[in-house]
Amino acid sequence: MIRDITIGQYYPADSVVHRLDPRVKLAGTMIYIISLFLFDTFICYAAAALFLFAVIRISKVPIRFIVRGLKSIVILLLFAVVFNIFLTPGEVLFRAGFIRITREGLRLAAFMGIRMILLIMGSSIMTFTTTPNQLTDGLESLLGPLKKLGVPVHEIAMMMSIALRFIPILLEETDKIMKAQQARCADFESGGLVSKAKSLVPILVPLFVSAFRRANDLALAMEARCYRGGEGRTKMKPLCYHRPEYAAYGILAVYFVLIIGINAAV
Amino acid sequence: MGIRLDHVSYVYSSGTAYEMHALNSVSLEIPDGQFIGLIGHTGSGKSTLIQHLNGLVKASEGTIYYNGENIYGEGFQMKKLRSHVGLVFQYPEHQLFETTVKKDVEFGPRNLGLSEEEIALRVKEALDMVGVPKELFEASPFELSGGQKRRVAIAGVLAMKPDVLILDEPTAGLDPRGRDEILDQIAGIHRERKMTVILVSHSMEDVANYVERLIVMNHGRVAYDGTPREVFAHYKELESIGLAAPQITYLMNDIREQGFEVPPNVTTVTEAKEILLSIIRGASLAEGDKA
Repeated sequence: MIRDITIGQYYPADSVVHRLDPRVKLAGTMIYIISLFLFDTFICYAAAALFLFAVIRISKVPIRFIVRGLKSIVILLLFAVVFNIFLTPGEVLFRAGFIRITREGLRLAAFMGIRMILLIMGSSIMTFTTTPNQLTDGLESLLGPLKKLGVPVHEIAMMMSIALRFIPILLEETDKIMKAQQARCADFESGGLVSKAKSLVPILVPLFVSAFRRANDLALAMEARCYRGGEGRTKMKPLCYHRPEYAAYGILAVYFVLIIGINAAV
Repeated sequence: MGIRLDHVSYVYSSGTAYEMHALNSVSLEIPDGQFIGLIGHTGSGKSTLIQHLNGLVKASEGTIYYNGENIYGEGFQMKKLRSHVGLVFQYPEHQLFETTVKKDVEFGPRNLGLSEEEIALRVKEALDMVGVPKELFEASPFELSGGQKRRVAIAGVLAMKPDVLILDEPTAGLDPRGRDEILDQIAGIHRERKMTVILVSHSMEDVANYVERLIVMNHGRVAYDGTPREVFAHYKELESIGLAAPQITYLMNDIREQGFEVPPNVTTVTEAKEILLSIIRGASLAEGDKA
């Protein structure tokens, strides 16, 4: 059913990670992703995985939700692993016809696989614990310096959050209109391509009408509240750093230094 | 024969964090020709329930029988069921899409594969039933007023000549006059066509005035099922599930507490008027005796 689709796949729970300032989570995800490309020893990967699992545990997001997110990259993952196994030159371990497997290939493939899995899991823990609106808020604040270059950061963030906000509404509306037309015996499945395309008209017309109506209402409501862009606008929930945020930055720094240290030591 | 629900349950988004039991083992019997009111606060499962009745939503558990036939059975024609059980959604005017009123109402009958003459006849009949004047047949549905749009949308379902008509809050957002007109027309359709009508409503006054049977939903279960008089006798319990009795019921109970002999389960203003008048007449008669 259409309403089962969740955009941004936010998982509601009450945890430290959920409460954290979105800027910390954005920066943390970036640091984590960068760190994954800085080392090439198994011990470091183990440490990175350990760190990630600790964060997941604290966030109270069930691990199966995060693993489910990996499904979308299974094919990509397979490609990367297979290519690395067969196409890396080096010390040959196994040969059959033109197929050969090298020690370096296996090593590289394993690294690549682990790296990609950690990367996806690491970024999905951010989207699982941060609502789309918090994300755009954080992004707006992090991209703030670009304002000096004339980039309309606030407007872009506002458009993003409105668009995100409207996705579930329009999905629900589509579901409702489809059902209403089905109640009038509309048939969306059978028939050829032309008749299938035609059967979309009774959905698309009301959907567009309602999207415009909602946009109009929203514009009016914003106007009525004197919205005039980001200049001088205050926030109901201003982003500010407190102790948990500083602690999180501290932990990230320790993780980063430690992992580089381990890599250098090994 | 009608519709029979046998222990119907429905779970939304099962297996995710948003899992919700919308219906919890609901069993109901809806015989032909009844005028039924369905009430319940938001999220009580009433919208989910009506969507089961024409097969738009498939029950997670349990079965539904239409005229004795299992609608989930093999070879059962959903399309046929939908032409027999007409469902008018909340704000039905949001589903209008055609260039003229007539064409929009034609959509349903055309999907049923009827002949052109039959379609034309049904469209005219349906628009007549809801009181849309002939001049508007060729107008664009988007130019009409809110109340007229809603009538056109209701006609779009009526044109399929359903045996059961389900309306989800048909009066939401209308002014008092538009509300009374639409409810009167629905009551008229019920009387003349012998259609089963299920009216989902938030207004206790509306249901008390029109329906003969009242079903109260709460947390996905049927909390009460009976005549409005029987159901509103539980007005104290209704309050605890976020509903209320018609205001006149409260008024009559206040009068009763003052020591007057009035029944506690009065649900319509007309009825209350009769009772109060008879008390006043009785009192003045008694006074006349003294003098």
